[in-house]
Amino acid sequence: MTFDRLEREFVTSEGIDLRLRLGRVGERAVALIIDCAIIYGVLLIFTLLAQFAFLSSKGAGQEATYVIWLIGSFLLRIGYFTAFELGMRGATPGKRLTKLRVVARDGGRLTGEAVVARNALRELEFFVPLTIFFSLLSSVGESDGGALLTVLAAFVTVAIFALFPLFNRDNLRVGDLLAGTWVVRQPRRQLGHTVGQRRQGAADFVFTEAQLDAYGEYELQRLEEVLRREDYESLLVVSRAIRRRIGWTGGGDELEFLQAYYTALCLRLERNMLFGKRRADKHSKA
Amino acid sequence: MSGIDIAPGLHVNSHRFREARGPDWDRLETLLDRVEAGRAGSLSDEDLFELPVLYRATLSSLSVARETSLDADLVAYLESLSTRAYFLLYGVHSPLWRRALAFLADELPAAVRGMWRETLVSLAITVAGAVAAYMLVRSDPSWFFGIVPSNMIGGRDPSASVATLTEALHHKLAADDHLSAFAAELFVNNASVALFAFALGFAFAVPTVLLLIYNGCMLGAMLAVFIPKGLGWEFAAWLSIHGTTEMFAIILAGAAGMRIGIATAFPGRQARLASAVSAGRSAAFVMLGVVGMLVIAGLLEGLGRQLVDNSLSRALIGGAALLFWLVYYYLKPANSRKARKLE
Repeated sequence: MTFDRLEREFVTSEGIDLRLRLGRVGERAVALIIDCAIIYGVLLIFTLLAQFAFLSSKGAGQEATYVIWLIGSFLLRIGYFTAFELGMRGATPGKRLTKLRVVARDGGRLTGEAVVARNALRELEFFVPLTIFFSLLSSVGESDGGALLTVLAAFVTVAIFALFPLFNRDNLRVGDLLAGTWVVRQPRRQLGHTVGQRRQGAADFVFTEAQLDAYGEYELQRLEEVLRREDYESLLVVSRAIRRRIGWTGGGDELEFLQAYYTALCLRLERNMLFGKRRADKHSKA
Repeated sequence: MSGIDIAPGLHVNSHRFREARGPDWDRLETLLDRVEAGRAGSLSDEDLFELPVLYRATLSSLSVARETSLDADLVAYLESLSTRAYFLLYGVHSPLWRRALAFLADELPAAVRGMWRETLVSLAITVAGAVAAYMLVRSDPSWFFGIVPSNMIGGRDPSASVATLTEALHHKLAADDHLSAFAAELFVNNASVALFAFALGFAFAVPTVLLLIYNGCMLGAMLAVFIPKGLGWEFAAWLSIHGTTEMFAIILAGAAGMRIGIATAFPGRQARLASAVSAGRSAAFVMLGVVGMLVIAGLLEGLGRQLVDNSLSRALIGGAALLFWLVYYYLKPANSRKARKLE
């Protein structure tokens, strides 16, 4: 079994560990960028509508645009994240596309106040300093050192908060930390076919015990992956490696050989497993 | 040593297992798809009874598969399916509008009520700041320029004449005044101040206290300009139309910040982080109310103050707003279980 640095124990009330995998910083950044694109796209549409509605009086149109960007962006930013994360999926559209969702760290239900807290802090740790940064950036050249210092302070603030997830084990944002939530990756999987099945009329392969002792569970599961992928070149490479290691002299089609070896190895390891004997990989004792 | 032949028909464990349990997993997946697509209402009673049963069956499949099968694909599929079902079954909550209603009716007042000590301290700090600034400016008017930022003075300084000050309070409406833009600006400005008062609470509430003192100082300094000129009542009325709501909101934001600061500095029996988390949650509720109050304050300030040009009406509107908030937060009977739990 492989251990991901981001895999966490998560025991349900039935006592079963579901092994959650936390979202990577990159995945979360992509989700945020998608969400921002949606929010600002909506604002842009509203702006165009306002301009269109006030086509006759130019001043009113400009004022409407100004109000939309000031209040609209503020309310939409807070409302968008909160409303979507309170929904059934616990995820904004950006998070859905990157297969992420927000869950409570203690495994309980994701409460309203937790969602509110993590999104109120998003505003503080990210959007407000960023707005200050950009609004003052334009005035740096012309004026005194005060503006420059403020811009610098805003930049440092954004940097500290934005980099925060990189510097803790659980990739928590400050908002996650205080709201008691974390973001997990929850991909949907389709169930594949069993790979050990043999076609009718395939040649029989007989392996000795020594030949089956060559590998352990780790190699078995890598072989499973290769068989699922059905990529001819890797089949060939793997098949050669196995033939060499177990000293296989009989011939046979590559795919049939691998399927037969997989089935035999799997049966043997699974039977041993039932007797409490497990073998992690080829380096451990048979 | 004899060879091991694989008889046709002899399958690895996972194959038999998939055949026996597969239909249950498919069924669970279909039900989950329907609920997640927002069609929970289309589930029959039978489906609803079946859902938890199928979930437990899948969980049991998962633990059996982990112990008896080496099929990595199967285990990964079952893990993903069980996780999805877990969050759906244990994370269910009522629809958004009902939660919003519960929030307004019970949870927000309860959260504010639960913070009454911090609110009183926050109020006391603001008043102390106001009194101190008032005395300072009265004893030496040059203090005024040290307290109030230059862009906010607009001619309203200690040397201004009574006429200028009256003019500033009864600013006549010009045709090209952008009222809604002005209101929007004020709202964003105040909201940022309130959010910072809250967020800075994590630094053991020290910046929050400073921000509250400063807010009080500005008030005191302004009062010190108007009261000696005999314009105290006019100024109070001018300020109160939105000020009662706005000051209340900022005091509450300060209280929320303090609650978190205290929880971080003195976690008691809890771990420091756990203590900050529990304080952060109730404080976040208060902050949502604060943002709502600031929207109202922005509207009152941008529209009401410019349109209502009579000190008595201004004071009445301001007083009514204050009364409303006090009744809503502190006197409205709290009835639900939720509200009690929060306190």
